[in-house]
Amino acid sequence: MKIAEALQIVSLTHPGMVRTHNEDSVGVETAYGLAVLADGMGGYNAGEVASGIAVSVTATEIAHRLQSCTPTDIDAESHEELGVVLLRDNIRKANTSIYHASQSQPQYAGMGTTIVTGLFYDNRVAVGHVGDSRMYLLRGDKLSTVTKDHSLLQEQIDSGMISREDARYSKNKNLVTRAVGIDENVLPEVHVYPVQIGDIYLLCSDGLNDMVEDMDIEAVLQAMQGNLPLAAQQLIQMANDNGGRDNVSVILVKVLADFEVPRSWPVKLLNWFRK
Amino acid sequence: MAAKIILSMDGINIKEYALQKERMTIGRKASNDIVIDNLAVSGEHAAIITILHDSFLEDLDSTNGLIVNGVATKKHFLQNNDLVEIGKHSLRYVNDQVSKTSAADFEKTMVLRGPVKIPPPPPVAIAEPATGFTQTQVILNKPATPPLEQTDKLDAPVATAQVAVVQILTGPNAGKELELVKNLTTLGKPGLQVAVLARRPHGFFITHVEGATFPLLNGQPLSEQPHPLQDHDLIELAGVKMEFFFKN
Repeated sequence: MKIAEALQIVSLTHPGMVRTHNEDSVGVETAYGLAVLADGMGGYNAGEVASGIAVSVTATEIAHRLQSCTPTDIDAESHEELGVVLLRDNIRKANTSIYHASQSQPQYAGMGTTIVTGLFYDNRVAVGHVGDSRMYLLRGDKLSTVTKDHSLLQEQIDSGMISREDARYSKNKNLVTRAVGIDENVLPEVHVYPVQIGDIYLLCSDGLNDMVEDMDIEAVLQAMQGNLPLAAQQLIQMANDNGGRDNVSVILVKVLADFEVPRSWPVKLLNWFRK
Repeated sequence: MAAKIILSMDGINIKEYALQKERMTIGRKASNDIVIDNLAVSGEHAAIITILHDSFLEDLDSTNGLIVNGVATKKHFLQNNDLVEIGKHSLRYVNDQVSKTSAADFEKTMVLRGPVKIPPPPPVAIAEPATGFTQTQVILNKPATPPLEQTDKLDAPVATAQVAVVQILTGPNAGKELELVKNLTTLGKPGLQVAVLARRPHGFFITHVEGATFPLLNGQPLSEQPHPLQDHDLIELAGVKMEFFFKN
């Protein structure tokens, strides 16, 4: 089945209750099964500029490449799947664009952005991220995190300094250890996961998960899985009801049908042997 | 302003210590940052490790241990107003940063550059943890967001102290009561007809989620929009009638 028909994608962004600017950006390329979300930072309007560049560079570049290639092609240089290569290379490309803009224009000095992106193909999703914007997955009744934040708090959790339960009381919540556009180079984290029919993927900025408990996010996705636009509205409304101290953005992707790439039988056999 | 420790005995404050160093030790020996000259206190009794705005208390294998807020503890993530007892002495941890600065300022995401070394997890609390949080921590971007007083109000917990209930009036489950304790309660069957009851700061709302027919509220079909619920409203969903009311 065509990817555009196999997925339902809904995105929504809101400045929240306190901020006047919305420094988040979201982008969706339905025809290519691509969702991108970025949460910018930087004074004046630099945050918006950074997240805007990140989303437009990754979304347009990947869409452009996929007009002539498919994500399952093998990249000649790295021998990796193109889906993975595209995410990694284009987050790096966005990094370069933002970094150069911030170097050349004083009002953009030091701007940067987080990014989380999902590229769905062949019954899988390639997930690339930098910083503390997250991807969650609702499978069955269980919500789980797909990405692991690049943040001081996550490092403290990993090292056992602070427990997961105590983490919500930390005052160091908002320090990211990786960001796009801050340095000349960035190391995006990219992983590929198999998807199942009925899965709901949630990409969000920290304005959601700082304001709304995972338990409540799970409850919304469970209750409203039949109405994705409403679920997106509900999540943003809950963040705002709880104070809405930051911009809130969500992208919801629901897997409606199988979208395996059709393969000829020799290829299937070859893949079978590879396993 | 940095967080601080107030040392006291029998309710009388003895001294205040600002937590300016990454690691401050507490003990009987003069080499400690916080010296408590009492035989109930071990030579090196405990340490407080501070990373940016967070402080952690660790027992350094002391003889008499630490009691935090009445509970014996080896390791503790300090929260504002925590009371640590060592023998007859008390140490109160005060960190009211968030209330002093505008909340909006604190929530801003910032980039932390240069590795922050995090000590390996100690097997039990040992005397050798936090070396080196001295690495350069360049924190970019301190935006001058104007302080917003209303954030505190927005933080206020859900206003309704009363318990809201939905009682089923017809069908096999007639008479059953459902207390709306969660922020979101689902009614109906997925795939057929689903509505949710959402608890918001200013009351309860019903929203149609899925299904060809919309639920009836006091006999009128709902629109696409969330609808506020009043005490004793009648809801009809998939042929089942129910009543929404507040219990006192």
